[in-house]
Amino acid sequence: MDAKLKKELEIFAVKERLLLLEGIFNAKAGHPGGSLSIAEILAYLYNVEMKVDPENPKDPNRDRFVLSKGHAAPALYATLALKGFFPTEDMKTLRKADSYLQGHPSMNKVPGVDMSTGSLGQGISAAAGMALAAKLDNKDYRVYTILGDGEIEEGEVWEAAMFASAKGLDNLLVIVDNNNLQIDGTVEEVNSPYPIVEKFEAFGFNTIEIDGNNFDEIETAVNSAKEFKGKPTAIIAKCIKGKGVSYMENAVNWHGAAPNEELYNTAVEELTAVLKGLEA
Amino acid sequence: MSEIIKTATRDAYGKALVELGESDKKILVLDADLAAATKTGMFKKAHPEKFIDCGIAESNMMGVAAGLATAGYTVFASSFAMFAAGRAFEQVRNSIGYPRLNVKIGATHAGISVGEDGASHQCCEDIALMRSIPGMVILNPADDVEARLCVLAAAEHDGPVYMRFGRLAVPRVFDENYKFQIGKGAVLKEGTDVTVIATGLMVNEALMAAEKLTDEGISARVVNMATIKPIDRDIIIDSAKKTGVIVTAEEHNIIGGLGSAVAEVVCETVPVPVLRVGVNDVFGKSGPAVQLLREFGLDAENIAAKAKEAVKLK
Repeated sequence: MDAKLKKELEIFAVKERLLLLEGIFNAKAGHPGGSLSIAEILAYLYNVEMKVDPENPKDPNRDRFVLSKGHAAPALYATLALKGFFPTEDMKTLRKADSYLQGHPSMNKVPGVDMSTGSLGQGISAAAGMALAAKLDNKDYRVYTILGDGEIEEGEVWEAAMFASAKGLDNLLVIVDNNNLQIDGTVEEVNSPYPIVEKFEAFGFNTIEIDGNNFDEIETAVNSAKEFKGKPTAIIAKCIKGKGVSYMENAVNWHGAAPNEELYNTAVEELTAVLKGLEA
Repeated sequence: MSEIIKTATRDAYGKALVELGESDKKILVLDADLAAATKTGMFKKAHPEKFIDCGIAESNMMGVAAGLATAGYTVFASSFAMFAAGRAFEQVRNSIGYPRLNVKIGATHAGISVGEDGASHQCCEDIALMRSIPGMVILNPADDVEARLCVLAAAEHDGPVYMRFGRLAVPRVFDENYKFQIGKGAVLKEGTDVTVIATGLMVNEALMAAEKLTDEGISARVVNMATIKPIDRDIIIDSAKKTGVIVTAEEHNIIGGLGSAVAEVVCETVPVPVLRVGVNDVFGKSGPAVQLLREFGLDAENIAAKAKEAVKLK
């Protein structure tokens, strides 16, 4: 990846992290761990890959994004806000009773959200439906969806995977945030979804394994998926849950908890230092 | 005497879909490996390019339907009532109902009249489940004429609709001049002593019950309530005022269905006795449909008996 672009994306990802934490801190609730883990993936998709226009968020020819792991809404909202879909100041209203920024993505309330999600396992089905619609309409838009590794314990994910490959939906890109943690512990401890790659292969997917917090690897994988015809692609992205905030990294207790003021300030200090370093 | 025409509402569903497929409307029909039984097979044959078989995976089918609807399609998603409303309830609630997407659920094989397949397939809970989803429209036609009109009206309605069809061939109630409108009940027979509000295949039974009651000197009003949600409050209030007692009749659990919907309106407006004919909170069983309907009290005789009981409460 071009060094200038990489730096821009790295800066975007840090801003995304700061903004999503601001939302969660003010809401006193939310899911920081799984939001922080996918910051690089969202930064790449929305800055480089996807054809979307904040001025025309319902453009019928746009690429679609479905956050199947809907609890990572703060990451999606921060990305959309930074891209101009709505004001970044509104992140302070996240989860509040008079806000349009619902705890989980709502397509009828939040500009740029293509599908309402939150109940795990359902987003991938809707994404498959969108990809099928593109095929039926002979349109070239692509559909991107991010799932959690805990989420793939839901049976509907595999119904959708079977469907997507049976219908040859090569315009669908499934990205699994393989951060190895879910609410009750590590995914192995709870109900191991491993081997994930082999499962998707067995369901007829083209598969790619990457470090999901590394822009070079994300770029290569996303481009390779676009070139692959006849089958949908699943990118199994090894991500660090809580990435970018020292005390949240790989810590299961930060799945669904907001930091107190002191810890929030620590996170802001850490991320601001990184941002300053990048911008220097 | 003219010959009685008997058709299953699922057949009318299949035919109406074929008709819709010929229009300019951007429609798609999805099924979950039951096209022969739900009668979407007729559509598949006529419009194969607009038919998608999702296989035996109803939950995914509902999500796929939602995704297709976001791209501007009017999507009909079909399965048996048990699986459409039962198994896929949460997908219908979260992926279709909450985002208010334009998906029409064509649920066939509702109720006891599934017959020989037995309790596992006899869904008497679907209306209760679907009623609890905000914004969901529920249509339960009485015969093939009304079933066709329901499908056409559902296609025109913007938002989710649940349509309930039966497996059993039932007598035609309406002629070609019958007009159907979502949210409107219809008085099929005027009466002064009791109102029978019926839905689905119980409408014909209610008309037969009214004839029996006439012979016994009881004047029964008969109302067809094809739309369970939004319920026609005016016709219920009017019936309560005019006849003072109401009997409801449905091929569904007496909990959560038409009887509950009518009682809710009556309690809040013109409190009068409401007696319910339906499946009495039990599971079904295998057997010939007509025999089961009789055994479970889903017939004219039981409606007439309940009506007499109701009149005594006045």
